[in-house]
Amino acid sequence: MAEKILMKGNEAIAISAIRNGVDGYFGYPITPQSEVMETLMKEKPWETTGMVVLQAESELSSINMVYGGASCGKKVMTSSSSPGISLMCEGISYIAGAELPCVIVDVMRGGPGLGTIQPSQSDYSQAVKGGGHGDYHCIVIAPASAQDMYDFVDWGFELAFKYRNPVIILADGIIGQLMEKVELHPMKPRRTEEEVLRDAPWATLGKPAGRERNVITSLSLDANTQENFNRKLKAKYDDIRENEVKFSEYLTEDAEYLFVAFGCSSRICEAAVDILREEGIKAGLIRPITLFPFPEKEISRLAGQVKSIMSIELNLGQMVEDVRLAANGQCPVGFYGRQGGNIYTPEEIVEEFRKFNNLK
Amino acid sequence: MAFKGTIVIDKQRCKGCSVCIENCPNKCISLSKGVNSKGYRYAELSSDGCIGCASCAIVCPDSVISVYRVKI
Amino acid sequence: MEISDMIKPENLVYGKPALLTDNVMHYCPGCSHGTVHKLIAEVIEDMGIQDKTIGISPVGCSVFAYNYIDIDWQEAAHGRAPALATATKRLCPDKYVFTYQGDGDLASIGTAEIIHACSRGENIVVIFINNGIYGMTGGQMAPTTLLGMKTSTTPYGRDAKLNGFPLKITEMLAALDGTAYISRQSVHTAAAARKAKNAIRKGFEYSSKGVGLSFIEIVSTCNSGWKLSPVEANKWMVEHMFAKYPVGDIKDVLK
Repeated sequence: MAEKILMKGNEAIAISAIRNGVDGYFGYPITPQSEVMETLMKEKPWETTGMVVLQAESELSSINMVYGGASCGKKVMTSSSSPGISLMCEGISYIAGAELPCVIVDVMRGGPGLGTIQPSQSDYSQAVKGGGHGDYHCIVIAPASAQDMYDFVDWGFELAFKYRNPVIILADGIIGQLMEKVELHPMKPRRTEEEVLRDAPWATLGKPAGRERNVITSLSLDANTQENFNRKLKAKYDDIRENEVKFSEYLTEDAEYLFVAFGCSSRICEAAVDILREEGIKAGLIRPITLFPFPEKEISRLAGQVKSIMSIELNLGQMVEDVRLAANGQCPVGFYGRQGGNIYTPEEIVEEFRKFNNLK
Repeated sequence: MAFKGTIVIDKQRCKGCSVCIENCPNKCISLSKGVNSKGYRYAELSSDGCIGCASCAIVCPDSVISVYRVKI
Repeated sequence: MEISDMIKPENLVYGKPALLTDNVMHYCPGCSHGTVHKLIAEVIEDMGIQDKTIGISPVGCSVFAYNYIDIDWQEAAHGRAPALATATKRLCPDKYVFTYQGDGDLASIGTAEIIHACSRGENIVVIFINNGIYGMTGGQMAPTTLLGMKTSTTPYGRDAKLNGFPLKITEMLAALDGTAYISRQSVHTAAAARKAKNAIRKGFEYSSKGVGLSFIEIVSTCNSGWKLSPVEANKWMVEHMFAKYPVGDIKDVLK
């Protein structure tokens, strides 16, 4: 029987990093995710696994520490919340441009600007559509429980190294702060330098005589070189779209109405579906687990089956744009959201659902 | 002990910056009359006073100077 | 003895270091970057640490440093090299890690990164090229531009009221507890270049002793930006730059 421990989502990120052989964490305090670094500092993994934990002077610095560590082929990560992620966007673009693996945890809070410290999902577009400059994508995965927070660290690194691409774990203040039982998996040791070089022969770990020097860069001044590189990235992103889409569904088989929601919103929507089902209305829910790649094929299929779709998000309507693209006019697509740290109840969602669908 | 020296300049890579000329204690380097394939007048040994001190080569930003020296 | 008799491998006393690649440097004629690159290559070669050295190149003219010194390199965003170096050294403590940064990169956009890397006492080497100007972007004012100095963004000369004062960042960093060795050198003469090489070597040696950060400023020329010939630029540097940025060791905790 695997060990189960009660912990916060943020703590699960930290414990998972230590237990999954992560080499380095570089961060800067910001609410509502400061428990990640606090937990790591309390656990002192440098004395057990040898993991490096460092508090940087800013998010700019922490993401560039991640850039340096990732350049060495190491499993490195950072975590922050919305305003901090904005500062990191420069570095994320460089990391994407240099094709480096890393994991970035974004425990979203409300914005814009300094905004609020309450939970929000208002950085969907920033995470999924870019955030930084240039044609690039991060792989974006959205946890909905403390267990997901724990599991997604390892999954995130798996994807990051498979595709040499930054991975964002897009959580929110609710998922970061809620306490749930988390099942711990067996420890994974940190990789040796030989194992790092086997996984990442491009790593800058010192050039032995007899091999070409490894250079990590995102610079190409020549237009054709840059265009070819951009096309190579496009091929990689298409590969990711083809192979890595992940979602879960709740009562969609016979559904006549569909909700789309990710992260904490998916849990609230599940309760809304239950209320509607009790009333005899055949509602269902799809929860995108990967936001990039987006489960567009499945939503497109369901759009041909249902009478309408509603995207439920803690923002002004961001993912709904992707839902509309996927539905492509097959059925009406509506949206309901709350902002500023306010959270909808299942009953509130049901009420909005009735309005949108002209049901009593 | 006295030394005699000489230098070999990779004239195609020389950019003619003349920093070597300034640094030669015996003033035995000068710029060529002609130009290399990039259009630069290049440094060349112009007298036999070279003692192989390597001052020219150390300050050469493009590392185009090789220095040879023998005891005499 | 005929000259041709002297040109034999056994008589070679100085040549291009093996760690410099055959790529023709893109730098302008007489640019100090080339000389400093060579000195770094020589130090790495002399110490036999090619397989343990990781360089972090900046944004600016020396963004392509990785084309010239035959070691593993990371190319950082503008100003951020000390952050990359911090993680690299901490994750690989047995390696030698250095950053190579210009004055625009290090003393302007990257002040936070360099100050905190110094303050934390990261065991890295920082090579700081100070030529008082932004070279690659076309000769704009840098934090280190001297008062009265003309650049494309101070066309009438740097005016303290308008542009503030030249930043002596090296002295600032020497005041931080985490720095171990701080030196200011130049490479315009053979004697100066030899001293600069010794300083760079000391920096690399200190970085493996765990005593803190080593910082070597090289007061340099940008003859294109300064609109002088390479030889005149060297003279101008001695006459003007050295007054504000005097050469010599500033701090050495092991002395």
